[in-house]
Amino acid sequence: MGEQQNWDWEVGERLVTDLAEWKKAFSDVYDEVVSPDGEKMGAIVKGEEGLTCCVNGSAWEQTYEKVYSVKFSPDNRLTAITMADDEWTTVVDGAPWEQTYEYVWNLRFAGRGGAIAVQTKGDDGYGICLDGKAWEAGFLQIRDYVLSPDGRRAACSVQTKELAEGDIFGFLEGGWSVAVDGKPWDRNFLNVWGLAFSADGAKVAAEVRLESTVYSIAVDGKPWDASYGCVWEPCFDPKNGQVLAPVKIESGWILACDGKDLWGRSFGQLWRPVFSPDGSRTAAIVSPSFGRWTMAVEGQAWNATFGDAVTDPVFSPDGRRLAAIVKDKNRWTIGVDGAAWGETFDMVWRPVFTPNAKRVLAKVERNGKFALALDGRVVSGEYDGLYDPVIGPEGDRVLVKALDGGKFYRRVLRLGDL
Amino acid sequence: MDLYEIVRGPLAWAALLLFVLGTAYRIVSMLIEARRDKVVYPYLSLKYGLRSLMHWLIPFGSVNMRKRPVMTVVSFAFHICLLVTPVFLLAHIILWDESWGLQWWSLPEAVTDVMSVLVVGACAFFLIRRIVAPEVQNVTFLSDYVLLAVVVLPFLTGFLAYHQLGPYRPMLILHILAGEIMLVAIPFSRLSHMFFFFFTRAYMGSEFGKVRNARDW
Amino acid sequence: MATFPEREPVEDIGLDETIKKLTPERIEKTILKVLNEESAARLKVYVNTCVHCGLCSNACHFYNSHDGDVKYAPVSKVKDTLWEMIRKKGRVDGEFIRKASRIAFTECNVCRRCSMYCPFGIDLAYLILTVRRICHLLGVVPQYLQDTVNSHAATLNQMWVKPDEWIDTLQWQEEEQLDEVVGARIPLDREGAEIMYSVIGPEPKFLPQLIGHMDQIMTVAGMSWTVPSLDGWDNSNMAMYSGDFEIMARVERKHYDKALELKVKKIVMGECGHAFRGAAYDGPKWLGWLRPPVPLIHAVEFYYDLIHSGRLKIVKKYEEPITLQDPCNIVRGKGLGNKLRYIMNATCSDFRDVEPRFEHNYCCCAGGGVINCGPPWKTTRVNGNRVKAEQFRATEAKVIVTPCHNCHSGIEDIVSNYKLDMHVKFFCEILVECIEIPESLKV
Repeated sequence: MGEQQNWDWEVGERLVTDLAEWKKAFSDVYDEVVSPDGEKMGAIVKGEEGLTCCVNGSAWEQTYEKVYSVKFSPDNRLTAITMADDEWTTVVDGAPWEQTYEYVWNLRFAGRGGAIAVQTKGDDGYGICLDGKAWEAGFLQIRDYVLSPDGRRAACSVQTKELAEGDIFGFLEGGWSVAVDGKPWDRNFLNVWGLAFSADGAKVAAEVRLESTVYSIAVDGKPWDASYGCVWEPCFDPKNGQVLAPVKIESGWILACDGKDLWGRSFGQLWRPVFSPDGSRTAAIVSPSFGRWTMAVEGQAWNATFGDAVTDPVFSPDGRRLAAIVKDKNRWTIGVDGAAWGETFDMVWRPVFTPNAKRVLAKVERNGKFALALDGRVVSGEYDGLYDPVIGPEGDRVLVKALDGGKFYRRVLRLGDL
Repeated sequence: MDLYEIVRGPLAWAALLLFVLGTAYRIVSMLIEARRDKVVYPYLSLKYGLRSLMHWLIPFGSVNMRKRPVMTVVSFAFHICLLVTPVFLLAHIILWDESWGLQWWSLPEAVTDVMSVLVVGACAFFLIRRIVAPEVQNVTFLSDYVLLAVVVLPFLTGFLAYHQLGPYRPMLILHILAGEIMLVAIPFSRLSHMFFFFFTRAYMGSEFGKVRNARDW
Repeated sequence: MATFPEREPVEDIGLDETIKKLTPERIEKTILKVLNEESAARLKVYVNTCVHCGLCSNACHFYNSHDGDVKYAPVSKVKDTLWEMIRKKGRVDGEFIRKASRIAFTECNVCRRCSMYCPFGIDLAYLILTVRRICHLLGVVPQYLQDTVNSHAATLNQMWVKPDEWIDTLQWQEEEQLDEVVGARIPLDREGAEIMYSVIGPEPKFLPQLIGHMDQIMTVAGMSWTVPSLDGWDNSNMAMYSGDFEIMARVERKHYDKALELKVKKIVMGECGHAFRGAAYDGPKWLGWLRPPVPLIHAVEFYYDLIHSGRLKIVKKYEEPITLQDPCNIVRGKGLGNKLRYIMNATCSDFRDVEPRFEHNYCCCAGGGVINCGPPWKTTRVNGNRVKAEQFRATEAKVIVTPCHNCHSGIEDIVSNYKLDMHVKFFCEILVECIEIPESLKV
């Protein structure tokens, strides 16, 4: 987030808000969320008039019959989906979008501009509303959607042809496509899943099903020449716009790049390919043997493998190092460059690297309390609640957002002191 | 070399060799092939494999055995006699002694005699069952009758030879030949259930016990 | 030699129309691909080891309900399908595939009872599923089952439930429960909750009150739980049964991705058996997991934990004579028979057990995708389970508890067809009548 340097990075602690006070004012307080900069806590509150949202103790003016999906946007605006008089809409910092719908769901954010999008059901069908601007044509049905990295565009898997109940032959003709900014691709498929925008937002790739047992990857509606027995979500190479996707061939799963085997080797399973920030290196979650999981970087699997799962791979800012969440024998920890931290936890969250890539920080849970672990060692106190830690732009400080005894504190600590 | 010497000499060697190598080949190729079947090895468990084998190797150890008492008694008697008789028969041990000077304890001849009759009787039971019971008839092929014949012949001819019913020497030759055919048939026919039983049972016992926390008998 | 009636013709475009497009080359190639490439040691050993003894026959409810009609013996079903394909090296015709498909999809519930009757422990259900795989690759699958699989593919749920309908149902059930119990909210997408609760597609579609019951149970027990608002909420999987393992895997992957994303410690799933099988075994196995990446707890086990630990207090017992269906996929599939009886005895004063029971209980004849083959095959299914009706009749109970959706629907049909005068209930329906709602939670 570009604005991070504008946040308060002064070392120290501040009480932001005391939930006990809220509970005096409202009969119910729930779904607490915290802004990325740690300056605000928001929640759904129930007063005499109905439901609404509350930020740092002060409620929005308007009340609603239903409020859900409360979230802070990356630029610290509290957003929620609300319903009043059977009309649903999106409310941002207390201000509702003009357009109302029969239903609104799946609130998402993207880009530096803090784009906000939701999926909608209106009189003319289903669509997407991005920053208050709705798609023109409605669709029969919509499923998953993605926003372009700059938050200006939206792409969604859409049903383009009506299908009668039990029409198994109609299904085989293909009735699904991808709509980008409301305009569907020229071509239909049996199914489309796993949409991805290119870095510049110009292209969209997706998993497509060409026949009942034939799958491929389509870019802007055009499938690769090669087809496969199964595929997973594609992604774009940020440097050259090439499309990568895990695909299943006879020997197992490979990472294919525009239809060609990128790594020259297969795995028992392979998914979630990720790029280093400069686009020079690729990594993916792989299963080198049945029941074992690890990361592969440029096709080279880590020696250490894990029995339960590997998730959330994260490259360091310089792209040289890689960390991921790993789970073995129902215990969680962080794996970094092939080795797992010695200590394990009840749960761990997505790791973050310091800007110089030297250190790895993660939120961890033990016995129902939350703490921060740095390079495998718990370095903070234990809190009732803890929100994603943020390392400052200089790399020497960390923003800790913690809930302790019903009070929400914002702390900035020196990494060196931990 | 007369016919007796051939069946007693080179053919016996060939049969024994084919039996041993054939069995080894079938087991090893199964073990290799099982690696492609990705769950087989991860699911296998010594404890649950043995638990299952125990239940299925003890008479009336499983529900289905209790539901079919006649079949259970016959098939246990059959399998025990089938395995024990040839190994502990005095005449066979004398042959081992003559050839290699190997000796071991033998069963009284009257007992092995009865056991041979039991095998033949059980085979007759299986044959009748194949013809009479619809659910067995429906899955009976010519090969099932052939296999039954392959199994019964060594015992039938052995019994006849021992009691010198019919011409002795041809019967003896026939007996040895029948035994050799059976040995060779074991690894290369459904008689291979003789060793596959332990693997399929152990696997299913493991899958039921270790993976699914359930019983399989 | 006894003679048995021929099968009545049944029309199903999923079989009748699809075989018209098959060519001998395609059939042969597909069968050989499955036999030689997709299957391995087990298939070969099972086929080579079977001594054609017929001892599996009396395991099957179809066989027993049809007075020993040999075509319903498990081994006969394999003989008439897989053996023939192997013997002819794949050179079978469309008509044969139609018959094989009918046998594999509508006359076998892949319940695995026969594996417990085979002296060799041959997994006959696995062999039948191999036949189904071949039929799927050839596109010859009963229409209704295929339509359900198409729903899984398009919507990642079983019943074509649209995203807004799902959330709307949850909010509606929450509203109902809030009138009963203080704080009975259904927390959507709450990251870091202890439990993710997942259900099968038919719950929001036809039985939303079951979600309400679970809301009440979770609230009274004071659990930290959440329900996903987006895809991944449905744990059911008919693709597993149609042989479309790619779609099966996609559905299960989404389910576990959701749990991993929500950072829950475990998944508790509603009362469904096949969904347990798919999510605990078949799905993870295909994807490469030896066990689920997030522990999966079936509702029966969850109820047991809540009652046994005292988190739920039973203050009243259900009094009507009541009996039970042991769902294959959680009893033979997970050994939950004892826990199931524990919760029955804890909540019912006149529980009458069935015979046979536990792993030996008869399948409901709806599972294994059979009920999803739809109305054309209902007669096959109901006639194929007379023994189940007799089993229940002998208990003289008035209510049957079925902690599985397939069992529930299948047994309702059996109750009405055989005029049993019994009611079929999920366990949660009994439970919510018996638990104490603490004063502090009373509205």
